[in-house]
Amino acid sequence: MYAFKYEKPWSLAAAAALLSESGDAKLLAGGQTLLPAMKLRLAGPSTIIDLSKVPGLSGVTREGDNLVIGALTKHVEVMNSAEVQKSIPALAHLVSVLGDPAVRNRGTIGGSLANNDPSADYPAAVLALNGTVHTNKRKIAADDFFKGLFETALAADEIIERVSFPVPEKAGYEKFRNPASRFALVGVFVAKTKDGVRVAVTGAGESGVFRVKEMEAALAKDWSPKAIEGVKVSASGIIADLHGTADYRAHLAGVIARRAVAKAG
Amino acid sequence: MSATGIGAAVRRKEDQRFITGTGNYTSDITRPGEVRAYFVRSPHAHATIDKIDVSAAKRMPGVVDILTGADLAGDKIGGLICGWAITSKDGTPMKMGAHPAIAADKVRCVGDAVAVVLAETLLQARDAAEAVQVDYGVLPAVVDPAKATAKGAPQLHDVAPNNLIYDWHLGDKAATEAAFAAAKHVTKLDIINNRLVPNAMEPRAAIAEYDQGNDALTLWNTSQNPHVARLVISAFVGMAPEHKLRVIAPDVGGGFGSKIFIYPEEVVALWAARRVKRPVKWVSDRSEAFLTDAHGRDHVTHAELATDANHKITGLRVHTIANIGSYMSTFSSSVPTYLYATLLSGQYAIPAIYAEVDAVYTNTAPVDAYRGAGRPEATFVVERLVEVAARELGLDPAEFRRKNFVTSFPHQTPVIMTYDAGDYDASMTKAMEMIDYKNFGKRKAESEKNGKLRGIGFSTYIEACGIAPSQAVGSLGAGVGLWESAEVRVNPTGSVEILTGSHSHGQGHETTFAQLVSDRLGVPIDTVSIVHGDTDKVQFGMGTYGSRSGAVGMSAISKALDKIEDKAKKVAGYMMEAAADDIEFKDGKFTVKGTDKSVGWGDVTLNAYIAHKFTGGQLEPGLKEGAFYDPTNFTFPAGCHLAEVEIDPETGKITIANWVAVDDFGNIINPMIVEGQVHGGIAQGVGQAMLEGAHYNADGQLVTGSFMDYAMPRAADLPSFKVDTTVTPCPSNPLGIKGCGEAGAIASPAALINAITNAVGHENVPMPATPSVVWKAAQGGMKKAAE
Ligand SMILES: Cc1cc2nc3c(=O)[nH]c(=O)nc-3n(C[C@H](O)[C@H](O)[C@H](O)COP(=O)(O)OP(=O)(O)OC[C@H]3O[C@@H](n4cnc5c(N)ncnc54)[C@H](O)[C@@H]3O)c2cc1C
Repeated sequence: MYAFKYEKPWSLAAAAALLSESGDAKLLAGGQTLLPAMKLRLAGPSTIIDLSKVPGLSGVTREGDNLVIGALTKHVEVMNSAEVQKSIPALAHLVSVLGDPAVRNRGTIGGSLANNDPSADYPAAVLALNGTVHTNKRKIAADDFFKGLFETALAADEIIERVSFPVPEKAGYEKFRNPASRFALVGVFVAKTKDGVRVAVTGAGESGVFRVKEMEAALAKDWSPKAIEGVKVSASGIIADLHGTADYRAHLAGVIARRAVAKAG
Repeated sequence: MSATGIGAAVRRKEDQRFITGTGNYTSDITRPGEVRAYFVRSPHAHATIDKIDVSAAKRMPGVVDILTGADLAGDKIGGLICGWAITSKDGTPMKMGAHPAIAADKVRCVGDAVAVVLAETLLQARDAAEAVQVDYGVLPAVVDPAKATAKGAPQLHDVAPNNLIYDWHLGDKAATEAAFAAAKHVTKLDIINNRLVPNAMEPRAAIAEYDQGNDALTLWNTSQNPHVARLVISAFVGMAPEHKLRVIAPDVGGGFGSKIFIYPEEVVALWAARRVKRPVKWVSDRSEAFLTDAHGRDHVTHAELATDANHKITGLRVHTIANIGSYMSTFSSSVPTYLYATLLSGQYAIPAIYAEVDAVYTNTAPVDAYRGAGRPEATFVVERLVEVAARELGLDPAEFRRKNFVTSFPHQTPVIMTYDAGDYDASMTKAMEMIDYKNFGKRKAESEKNGKLRGIGFSTYIEACGIAPSQAVGSLGAGVGLWESAEVRVNPTGSVEILTGSHSHGQGHETTFAQLVSDRLGVPIDTVSIVHGDTDKVQFGMGTYGSRSGAVGMSAISKALDKIEDKAKKVAGYMMEAAADDIEFKDGKFTVKGTDKSVGWGDVTLNAYIAHKFTGGQLEPGLKEGAFYDPTNFTFPAGCHLAEVEIDPETGKITIANWVAVDDFGNIINPMIVEGQVHGGIAQGVGQAMLEGAHYNADGQLVTGSFMDYAMPRAADLPSFKVDTTVTPCPSNPLGIKGCGEAGAIASPAALINAITNAVGHENVPMPATPSVVWKAAQGGMKKAAE
């Protein structure tokens, strides 16, 4: 690590003020992404703004037809939440296959979304469930939030407060793990809500999480694995690396999507 | 069998310390006044060092000194060496390029050290390291061993034109060619034995301290063989005379071979400690370990097997290109030669074998021994060839093996080794029963019903362990003898200290060696302590690798215990006024033959030291004996592994459904520890076959430089192993031990790839067989079936 200044604000306003004061300050949530990067000296923020004392950022609530999760809610809390298990069991499952116990005990939904790793699990859920990211400044719809590899719509001084998910009729998440990192080699979240069907693929896209509209249309007509058997995901724009060719990942997106639908029931 | 003697599944004495965090590893040690070392490493795979400017870095806070290759050369510190001389076909010696501990003119791989920063704290050292300015003249790199000798390939060392270190051969070329000319059938395979990163749990570390008053140096390091480290650093590097250098390898957290070697960092730590007159501590981080630990394997091989009309194997020939990396590590030359080609006969009676091995330099980390060292590569070649030959001939792979097994002993192979004992059919038959081989077809049909592919694969391996008879290895080019030493110190109160040249870095010697003593002397294992890893305590030792600590290290202890027993009988004789020849020793009691007169162990040990009863001045007081044991042959552990896999053809995901290992390790001291060694070995072999692979891109950057990309086997990747043994005692050592440390890693890759290729229906499945690879293979296999 490089030396840095450590701040622990007690309000969201104070955190936001600190963030806009310093050009390269970083918010610290669970530290599961930020701290390894700092230890490897791949990141060297001058200031760390620890969010842990900011009130009201943590917890799961049901608000009408929405499930609302505070940005600082840890993966393990989402996994074990009775409310999540009841409203969106697919989300509880997603977190249960995210990382390992140590990561789940520290990492947060806000940190995961702000980071927008192309192989992370949460972005698939937010995009497929048509969730909304609430920040200290505005509400951002899922379709507008994810902007590319490690890029989001968040402004430099914007803080995620919570994420709301419309409770779906059906939803399923299937993850095929990268054998090394255990992030998603391909992960697919499928959801059927009152607003329609959405299919989001993570782990495969060169610009991060993406929707497969053809599958969505097919599933809207017939919610079954069979309905999307004929849908081919194009290999263009798909990640190719040591762990899988683009062809393989594109093929896998189809297989995993069908399994996600089967799981959703 | 007593509860703590030979053959008992005693829980490991050392584990209490390890699992409660009270072990003492090198990085746990802090010396007063120590400075931290941090290396400036090359980001380029191949470059000239045009200029190094340390002036700004030297002014940074906490910096004590910054040293470069020029300083090293100025102080006349010698380079690192490879201690095993190999001779090319034309009789010329291998071409070893210089390996300075810090590169001076040229870097040859990413991670090559170009300077070392010494500072009060690690962070200060790291900060200053970033401020060291190095001007590199970047050169093209070569990483693929198959391309290293090509015309126009970048040249690493002037002494080795075309990057060729040696082209060596073994066996009878003419006889082998004749066998192939007369063959009824020839099986051919192209094999890449993938490069592996050892990844011991504890990264390497070194602390060096200079004692100005005595002009002596002490090195604490993560070594599998501290005495050899001392010998090399003193005699070849020229750091200090041997008696002025003490090397201590305390608790060491795994090595798998990678901690046998003498590395630049420990040389630099010693040199720097003397220069700055303060202790110098270096601890590798994981990223550094990926780049600088000696890697394993990395062979490119073409192999052929000839069979006659009766399905008898008549010949085997191989051509292997072995990647040595950027410099020749300590034993690198021996791995693809005498530890590899000598095992190409496998468990089979093969009349003619011819092997050619080209060792080449590339712009990659040095490659040296890694668990199995040469023998996994040989086993993979032989067991893939045999399995594929059986398939091509339409024979059951077990039947084909049975037809060709060596069945009478001793058996002289055409590639040096003389197998001393074994029953290969017994292990295979038992393994086939354990996996329910005859009902495999039913299980396969069941899998197919569920849309899955199922395959089964054999590996009937053999290895040469108990390394090694000194005279034999000397004649093959080794720079050292490979005996082992032991000293037994019995205290007046009867407790026993064993000083051994073997080094435990996870193997459980503190338990198994104590079991031997408990068995022989009838004392509780808690009264036995095992002392190792310190050149000031143990007179000499060759260390632990090559599954040698049981067969060689314990044999030395056994020999010393013989002497202890002889002397103790003499003491007992004086005590009971009887001739030593009339004393019987059993279960810790000395009895005068044919009488009920006896004395206990504790009485005898006390009397050995008070010496009140020694009349006539013939017997020296005390009870301490030493022995050196030099084996007369290698040992030959062998056995059969059977892997059964189920593959999801849609995703390429492999599930290992069953794994059976039946090994013949000779006599077994502690079956629980042996089982643990087998489990760990299989995990590493499965890692090689389906997960692990070090990958450099064309520029020589290590793409798999962290666990994000380098897949280590996890518990969830592995099934519950079914492990058993058959026993033919080793005839060449007093305990009948063959060794078990490497077997799992040697046997398992071939078993798994044989199972996968059996499932997908064709042979072209490279390692690591990742889901992406297997999916593609399964597509091909299914296409074939549909055609
Ligand atoms: C070993 C390991 C395995 C993992 N496996 C997986 C996996 O399988 N799947 C997966 O999806 N992830 C995985 N992760 C990542 C994990 O989920 C992280 O916890 C997550 O990506 C980041 O969350 P965090 O709370 O730790 O954020 P931090 O590391 O604290 O922060 C990450 C980034 O987000 C910013 N940030 C944090 N909170 C906010 C906020 N409220 N508003 C705006 N910006 C914010 C920070 O400034 C920083 O830039 C793994 C991590 C590790 C270490």
